[in-house]
Amino acid sequence: MKLAYWMYAGPAHIGTLRIATSFKNVHAIMHAPLGDDYFNVMRSMLSRERDFTPVTTSVVDRNVLARGSQEKVVDNITRKDAEEHPDLIVLTPTCTSSILQEDLHNFVERARIEAKGDVLLADVNHYRANELQAGDRTLHQIVQYYIEKARKKGELPTTKTEKPSVNIIGISTLGFHNNHDCTELKKLMGDLGIEVNAVIPEGASVHELKNLPKAWFNLVPYRELGLMTADYLQAEFGTPCIDITPMGVVETARCIRKIQQVINEQGANVNYEDYINEQTLHVSQAAWFSRSIDCQNLTGKKAVVFGDNTHAAALTKILSREMGIHVVWAGTYCKYDADWFREQVSEYCDEVLITDDHGAIGDAIARVEPSAIFGTQMERHVGKRLDIPCGVIAAPIHVQNFPIGYKPFLGYEGTNQITDLIYNSFTLGMEDHLLEIFGGHDTKEVITKGISAGSDLNWTKDGLAELNKIPGFVRGKVKRNTEKFARDRGFKDINAEVLYAAKEAVGA
Amino acid sequence: MTVAQQPEALNFECETGNYHTFCPISCVAWLYQKIEDSFFLVIGTKTCGYFLQNAMGVMIFAEPRYAMAELEEGDISAQLNDYEELKRLCEQIKRDRNPSVIVWIGTCTTEIIKMDLEGLAPKLESEIGIPIVVARANGLDYAFTQGEDTVLAAMANRCPSEAPVTENEKNERNAIQKLLNFGKKKEDVVQEESEYVDHPPLVLFGSLPDPVVTQLTLELKKQGIKVSGWLPAKRFTELPVLEEGYYVAGVNPFLSRTATTLMRRRKCKLIGAPFPIGPDGTRAWIEKICSVFGITPKGLDEREAQIWANVEEYVKLIRGKSVFFMGDNLLEVSLARFLVRCGMTVQEVGIPYMDKRYQAAELAFLEKACQEMGVPLPKIVEKPDNYNQVQRIYDLKPDLVITGMAHANPLEARGINTKWSVEFTFAQIHGFGNARDILELVTRPLRRNNNLKDLGWDKLVREEAKI
Repeated sequence: MKLAYWMYAGPAHIGTLRIATSFKNVHAIMHAPLGDDYFNVMRSMLSRERDFTPVTTSVVDRNVLARGSQEKVVDNITRKDAEEHPDLIVLTPTCTSSILQEDLHNFVERARIEAKGDVLLADVNHYRANELQAGDRTLHQIVQYYIEKARKKGELPTTKTEKPSVNIIGISTLGFHNNHDCTELKKLMGDLGIEVNAVIPEGASVHELKNLPKAWFNLVPYRELGLMTADYLQAEFGTPCIDITPMGVVETARCIRKIQQVINEQGANVNYEDYINEQTLHVSQAAWFSRSIDCQNLTGKKAVVFGDNTHAAALTKILSREMGIHVVWAGTYCKYDADWFREQVSEYCDEVLITDDHGAIGDAIARVEPSAIFGTQMERHVGKRLDIPCGVIAAPIHVQNFPIGYKPFLGYEGTNQITDLIYNSFTLGMEDHLLEIFGGHDTKEVITKGISAGSDLNWTKDGLAELNKIPGFVRGKVKRNTEKFARDRGFKDINAEVLYAAKEAVGA
Repeated sequence: MTVAQQPEALNFECETGNYHTFCPISCVAWLYQKIEDSFFLVIGTKTCGYFLQNAMGVMIFAEPRYAMAELEEGDISAQLNDYEELKRLCEQIKRDRNPSVIVWIGTCTTEIIKMDLEGLAPKLESEIGIPIVVARANGLDYAFTQGEDTVLAAMANRCPSEAPVTENEKNERNAIQKLLNFGKKKEDVVQEESEYVDHPPLVLFGSLPDPVVTQLTLELKKQGIKVSGWLPAKRFTELPVLEEGYYVAGVNPFLSRTATTLMRRRKCKLIGAPFPIGPDGTRAWIEKICSVFGITPKGLDEREAQIWANVEEYVKLIRGKSVFFMGDNLLEVSLARFLVRCGMTVQEVGIPYMDKRYQAAELAFLEKACQEMGVPLPKIVEKPDNYNQVQRIYDLKPDLVITGMAHANPLEARGINTKWSVEFTFAQIHGFGNARDILELVTRPLRRNNNLKDLGWDKLVREEAKI
């Protein structure tokens, strides 16, 4: 058992449902107790879906506990098949059904006999995989099913498209800025003269999946979703996979150069160097920004980064390599893929943090006191408490992170958006400090810079009063130093005297 | 040819139970705020945690006094010892938060693996010295607000069974103060007591925001009725005394287990009344309590009329319109009855669970309202099937659908006005003074859409070719 208040990645079935509902005309049936269909609320509210979320529940109640689901699951599948004629129904196990250990395979087999559409059981272990891993697995499973089905029927295309073409793999519902990223990637491919053969899973029909082998290469923009599928396609059809996330100026160029290499190897004769040059110097504003005075002022400022693998790694590189910002630590909650993250960021930050414990993250932020945080909604709230600005760069996210306006993170427009995000975070922090230095609204009585409960030290009234006179942006540091000083000398109370003694001791 | 048939009694149906609602563990969201010295520990999986984290939105960042005891594979397969694991977590909670009570919320998983929470709790309680209350608020058995019912039923067993004889003790301790205020204080007390009629002690049950507690308590005080206590109180340490023969009355329609526990285990007498939702409901609730105590209520006619007059501008907007409840929080019957009184036609009352005994007075009151307002009696659909309901909504074209968030946006996109039902659970809707709040909620979609009506943006989904 683990005491937990907050989790970064959701349970496995959420990943499966995200994949299933991203496809067109695919329905998911959860084998779950009442109330587990919260996914529908999230999809309807966060991404403001106009259509009913194609997820229903085959309810597990007392009767099911006593007698097993028996006909219930099969009936629910065939009923949904008749009502909505989906191309595919994905039976989705949940944590509850994992422990019941009902033979869901058998239900699927039986339902297949009657249903006109296809029926699949999501092959996901609830206690071993999280949302991201399950999503990756489910996408692979669905693709494999339809490739094999087409192969049996002899419908599998054997030739590549005439012109260079790409499958974009991993765009999904409830993904962080995914739909904007998708538009940006399509535009980028258009600029490069590459046809988009398919985008999966978002908006795709399962009938298109048999055409995946026609593409010259697969592009997997996000580390968390699509690699299993791309690996499968590479093994089956030799389709090369490009897994460089085009986020940031340098990485976008690297991704484009890789595309150039991959398609030239297959007989295209392209040179994208001029395009990269033009975009970098004149279209994207990010390169120019990094030369400008604004960015100079950010030099050496401290930042911390936390999120999923894709976004945290890319942001760390952008901050450090493209803006000269000092990334004190970068972290990810994708523990299962920690080695990749370490390898990506270790040369761009002082320390790498791998954890999914938000308390540890909060403490690490409090300890470092960066000028800005780039993290998830949780880090944004930590920032609020510590008065440190935060730019949200990864899920978990709230409804405000599903903007209506065009805000990609990928490609050249993405570099502009990220530049704004980073710069706005830092200037806000600066303005705040200037206000405090020049006697702004500095009337706060209590200062708490610690996240975890309990300092054993007591600040007396005059001690606090002195502390409050110290400008906000160094106050935390002074407080910490003083407390360390007091602890070392065995003082219980910290008054003004102790504070100044500590100040002298550190020679400040 | 017959005239449009007016069914004489309410028509009850039961569907498949394929509907959307919140998991009952959501009750921790409002109960931890209500019971200020409590800590809620939900013993479940990542699924439960994910739901709470998302459903509670920003509350999660306010250092809530609740947490998940997240079960891992070792717990499921009993490689880890439940007792030791729970002890470790509860000691940590005691150390960090020092609550007066820890409430364990049992979930689907603890049910299926048959974790004996009720058995473990007393043992651990004596070991760590903090009361542990066990409530099995799981999705196998219950829907949404019924979670509160399971918690309060468990709490009912913790209420002290006799009034503490603190009177003398207190007097002794405060001897000096008493000496100082002697004459004056006594006079106050006498005067205060005299405002109340002599009646057996009355305890109300149901968790309501503190302002609403005050309003309802004062409402009864006007009739000379003294509320001896509320279940739950603001603090666990202030749970009301429940002696045999005390009278109890519910303030919410989803508290049937609590009512049963109070009657059977605590030997209290239940006053079955409509619930104080809407001015009509509030009046009927007070009248029923008065009648049990043999009191003639005074001033209720004027009070109710006054409230109706105050909300006329809202009632005007919905009079003659139709409403469809998809059903997810058990407030549906009371709200339907109130909206009938407002002049609406109720097409369907979906409800997760219908306790015809506990809600008897409310059901009778709904029938009466329909007859007096001359509208057809609604169909009451227990355990509804959301898919079928959506088909019925397409046919009936109601002016307003009260539904969960999973359906609200899709229905709006199809030109159907919706009100998100969960708001009724969190808004203040009880008593005379809050009738306006209910109507504020009910009319909001209509007012909004009135503002937009000339834009021609009703239906925002493409018509799909029917196969």
